[in-house]
Amino acid sequence: MDRVIELGPLFLEATIETIVLVAVGVTVGGLLGLVVGTGLYVTRKGGLLSNGVVNLLLNIVVNVFRPIPFILLAVGLQPLVRQVFGVGIGNVAAAVVIVFAAAFGIARIVEQNLVSVPPGVLEAARAMGASRTRVIFTVLLPEAFGPLILGYTFAFVAIVDMTAIVGTIGAGGLGNLALQYGYRQFNPWVTWSAILIVIVIVQLGQFAGNAGARKVLRR
Amino acid sequence: MALIELRDVAKTYPPRRRGGDPVRAVDGVTLDVNEGEILGVVGYSGAGKSTLARLINALEPVTRGTVTVAGQELTRMSEGELQKVRRGIGMIFQQFNLFHSRTVWGNIAYPLKVAGVPTSQHQARISELLHFVGLADKAHSYPEQLSGGQKQRVGIARALAASPKILLADEATSALDPETTQDVVDLLRRVNRELGVTIVVITHEMEVVKNLAHRVVVMENGTVVESGSTFDVFADPSHQVTQRFVRTVVDDVPSQAVVEELRRRHPGRLVTVAFREGSVSQTEVFGELISRGVGFQLVYGGIEEVQGRTFGNLTIELTGDRVDEAVRALSELVAVREVS
Repeated sequence: MDRVIELGPLFLEATIETIVLVAVGVTVGGLLGLVVGTGLYVTRKGGLLSNGVVNLLLNIVVNVFRPIPFILLAVGLQPLVRQVFGVGIGNVAAAVVIVFAAAFGIARIVEQNLVSVPPGVLEAARAMGASRTRVIFTVLLPEAFGPLILGYTFAFVAIVDMTAIVGTIGAGGLGNLALQYGYRQFNPWVTWSAILIVIVIVQLGQFAGNAGARKVLRR
Repeated sequence: MALIELRDVAKTYPPRRRGGDPVRAVDGVTLDVNEGEILGVVGYSGAGKSTLARLINALEPVTRGTVTVAGQELTRMSEGELQKVRRGIGMIFQQFNLFHSRTVWGNIAYPLKVAGVPTSQHQARISELLHFVGLADKAHSYPEQLSGGQKQRVGIARALAASPKILLADEATSALDPETTQDVVDLLRRVNRELGVTIVVITHEMEVVKNLAHRVVVMENGTVVESGSTFDVFADPSHQVTQRFVRTVVDDVPSQAVVEELRRRHPGRLVTVAFREGSVSQTEVFGELISRGVGFQLVYGGIEEVQGRTFGNLTIELTGDRVDEAVRALSELVAVREVS
């Protein structure tokens, strides 16, 4: 227990690192996922921008990268990340692989949520003379907003999960702290203190997501 | 020139399964819709009537033939040009298709934004429409807070927002109970009479057609099998499909099962006499029977009213010595059919 107090400043630093990594993953990965997921949905057969080739390509890319276990993706992408960002380890590299993995995971969640919008509603907007892209931005996405919030909340929890193991590629965060100072130094107090903070972060995110969805869905 | 002209229009979808036959949803329809009229398009599910509606606003491109709306041939237009045409054609749906993320107000504002109507004019237009459909107090409600009938009223207000000349109603009352259906039918009649909007009513409900349409076309397997004024189609349906539809609301001709039951109870000669307003009065017909001392009994039938005109079929049992002679005399006055 004394050790936890002794490591206080490290805990603060690790908490901030985790929050920043999660924030970058949810926003940047979320945005990319929104683009890819919307692309998957609208290029489907009978979709607003139906295009078999694009749809097939998107599906292949998503299906190739999404099933790769995150830890393997993180180490596997290292050469590429080093090429593009100049550094293959640390928080920046961790942020890049989290964004990469989150984008593909979120793409499927977005696609599934968009399927729940009744096609008739899109048809109604088209019948009023709205262009296809206008329908996407002013009808499709707003109509799916409630389920999308819940989907992103789910993704948020998964991204917190990712931040716990990027210590492997030299990043910081609560996961790294728990492993380095807790597990490896046989101090469960440190481990569980880090876990507790993670639980609080997840609870806050889940609460915010539920509240947001409830407001949008009005129930 | 008619407001909407379809010339040999066909719509074929690719086969559902590999190696299957292509689906001919609409198969060579030629049709005019005149300005200011209400046209009923009737048919069973899969007859192609909903596809036909989507060819009129070009939500579906035709496979063959031409569609002309207000003198503009849609089949030659680009998507951008079609979008402008669609702003002049309102559409309402069976499932209402309201935007659940927007209030009633937001739903009606949407087509105004699409049509580029300045925001400063929205207030007046939306409030006018809400009063027209009787929902002035619901402006800030969300669709899920409304009943089915109210939702369709919002649908109608939204469809009319950009002041279209044409309204396509695709099974617009099929999800509503009979009473609400009547309210919506009355509202659509006002849309036609007060705003001069031409309406194409796609439906399988003959009650709606009977109360609303000026003219009817009946579809089966993608083709038009019968068309005419609503009165003529109801009073004298010629195609089998039309007869089945008409019988759902006008049941004045006995079915085969009923005929057998009638035969059992009525040994005399059974004939069905068709009355149409403006032809021969019942007094004259029954006078012919009475003058020959032929006994007669009404065993089946009814008198209906469509578009303010009456018609009907009466099945009578004739008894006595001079029945043959009486039937010959009746045949000179009205259409007489032996019941077999």
